[in-house]
Amino acid sequence: MKSVNTTSSFRRYIKRDWQLYAMLLLPLIAVFIFKYGSFPGIVIAFKDYKILKGISGSDWAGFDVFLRAFRDKDFWLALKNTLVFNGLDLIVGFPMPIILAILLNEVRNKHFKKVSQTVLYLPHFLSWVIIAGVFTQLLSPETGMINILLSKLGFDAIPFLNKNLPWAVTYILVGVWQTMGWGTIIYLTAITGISDDMYEAATVDGAGRWQKIKYITLPSIKGTVIMMLIMNLGRIMASSFERCNAFGNPLVKDVQYQLSIFIYNKGLQSLDYSLATAVGVFQSLVGLLLVLAADRFAKSIGEEGII
Amino acid sequence: MKTQIQTADMPPRNIGDKVANALIYIILILVSLTCILPILHVLAKSLSADRFVMEKSVYILPKGLTFAAFERVIGDPSMVRSLVYTIIVTVLFTLIGMILITCAAYPLTKKRLKGRGVISFIFLFTMYFSAGVIPEYMLINNLNIINTPWAIILPLTFSAYNMIIMKSFIQTNIPDSLEESAFLDGASHFTILTKIVLPLSKPIIATLCLFFAVGRWNAYQDSLYYITNAKFYVLQHKLFLLVGNASDAASIAASEGSAVMGSPEVLKAACIMFATIPIVCIYPFVQKYFVKGTMVGAVKG
Repeated sequence: MKSVNTTSSFRRYIKRDWQLYAMLLLPLIAVFIFKYGSFPGIVIAFKDYKILKGISGSDWAGFDVFLRAFRDKDFWLALKNTLVFNGLDLIVGFPMPIILAILLNEVRNKHFKKVSQTVLYLPHFLSWVIIAGVFTQLLSPETGMINILLSKLGFDAIPFLNKNLPWAVTYILVGVWQTMGWGTIIYLTAITGISDDMYEAATVDGAGRWQKIKYITLPSIKGTVIMMLIMNLGRIMASSFERCNAFGNPLVKDVQYQLSIFIYNKGLQSLDYSLATAVGVFQSLVGLLLVLAADRFAKSIGEEGII
Repeated sequence: MKTQIQTADMPPRNIGDKVANALIYIILILVSLTCILPILHVLAKSLSADRFVMEKSVYILPKGLTFAAFERVIGDPSMVRSLVYTIIVTVLFTLIGMILITCAAYPLTKKRLKGRGVISFIFLFTMYFSAGVIPEYMLINNLNIINTPWAIILPLTFSAYNMIIMKSFIQTNIPDSLEESAFLDGASHFTILTKIVLPLSKPIIATLCLFFAVGRWNAYQDSLYYITNAKFYVLQHKLFLLVGNASDAASIAASEGSAVMGSPEVLKAACIMFATIPIVCIYPFVQKYFVKGTMVGAVKG
């Protein structure tokens, strides 16, 4: 009796929801072909891959390729640069959107607020090629506007893009420039969620603007700030190929060399597929572990997780 | 009388408050200027006569206004071809991407759907782990789409991130009861999706279309990896070859100097603006949508 019931309810269920499964089929096929379809290729990280022999014809190498990567000084340079620049991005870039969001929230003139937001979001929509192009026009030693101004004022030109240290500073600041405006959205959202009553009560109690920021706004967005910080820490192994590549030039090879560039150079240019795959897998795995750790940490301190 | 009420409502203002207010405006104006001035400078250069640019006297406003550089860019058939090609690729990419994420997001909003957790995991895992550049390259090679436009359209069309945004939006903005009552009236899921859910999701559709389109428009990494036939270079890829390597003056001289007369600076500026203007024109109009969309995305899926 019971089994008849379940079958008929199962039938009713399928009759009711088959269209939902049919809809899911399309994205599932896409994901299995184009995302999971590349996973079997990971196997060449464990092989001594020769293009002529193909994947199955190449000899197994165990973890030799990984050991080769860990002995490669280029790998350590790339890893160091990736971590250092992501760390600097975080230290310099992370506070900016918070500060801007608080400032924007203090603006009472709606028109001014809207225009400045439009302008601040703009860099987020520009590609790294365009950004690199624009900043070359501004910063190049001979023809860049900034250096032209400097020389007219009697200063020496600054090699913003051609020497390691100035390049590193430029790279970081341009990164901040690109993300600061867009990053405000999430904090502005959090600030919008704060009840007006709190501010009104504080005003009645005679709190000034600074006190309201310190005792109401900042504590109220603390959760979001911690969330964003953890998420960013989880991404510390990621490296944007386009950002490094578009800003790179032979003069700053040592600082521009991040994991994404390593993989491109060794893999697609020198055709050492096994090495590039091994480093890619290493990067992905460490990245995944960091995200999981970040999620666990967020939950352990009572914040919402990120997964 | 009216003014009296207003002053009573306003918080007490002293000199310190006014100074703070002025400071806030000044900081925001300065930061906003850093965002807009670099682009205005390049625009000015692209519209100036070669002579003034070589004299190094062009800053924010064009000098000797001329469209000569733009005419040269537009006069280059390969540039115009690349523009049209990039627009087609972007539109296809956006369309396919939207279809895929809608087909994934809508069923996943149904809490009763069996296997929902597993299917969500299959989609979301792609966000946190990828096989890497080489396995992806070999996949594209094996699928025989290397060196065709499909290599830069298909692999990235499913975006788990955009899917979550869409799902959160539907979950928070479209009441279940609305769909349930339509369902009881005999409407199929497909009808509910196209007649009720999608029309109510216009803001998020606009936002996600913008995200897809801008993402495709701006990327050149995959084109650099997969495309060797110059016929299929997207605009950003072409631009990269033209102005990419920052301050690598030698390569620019080699690629332009022989073919083009006049200041390469002006031409470069015009190329940059050529690829930027489409985005700058579209984005302020969708701004009110995408701010909302990103806010929805902030709510975890």
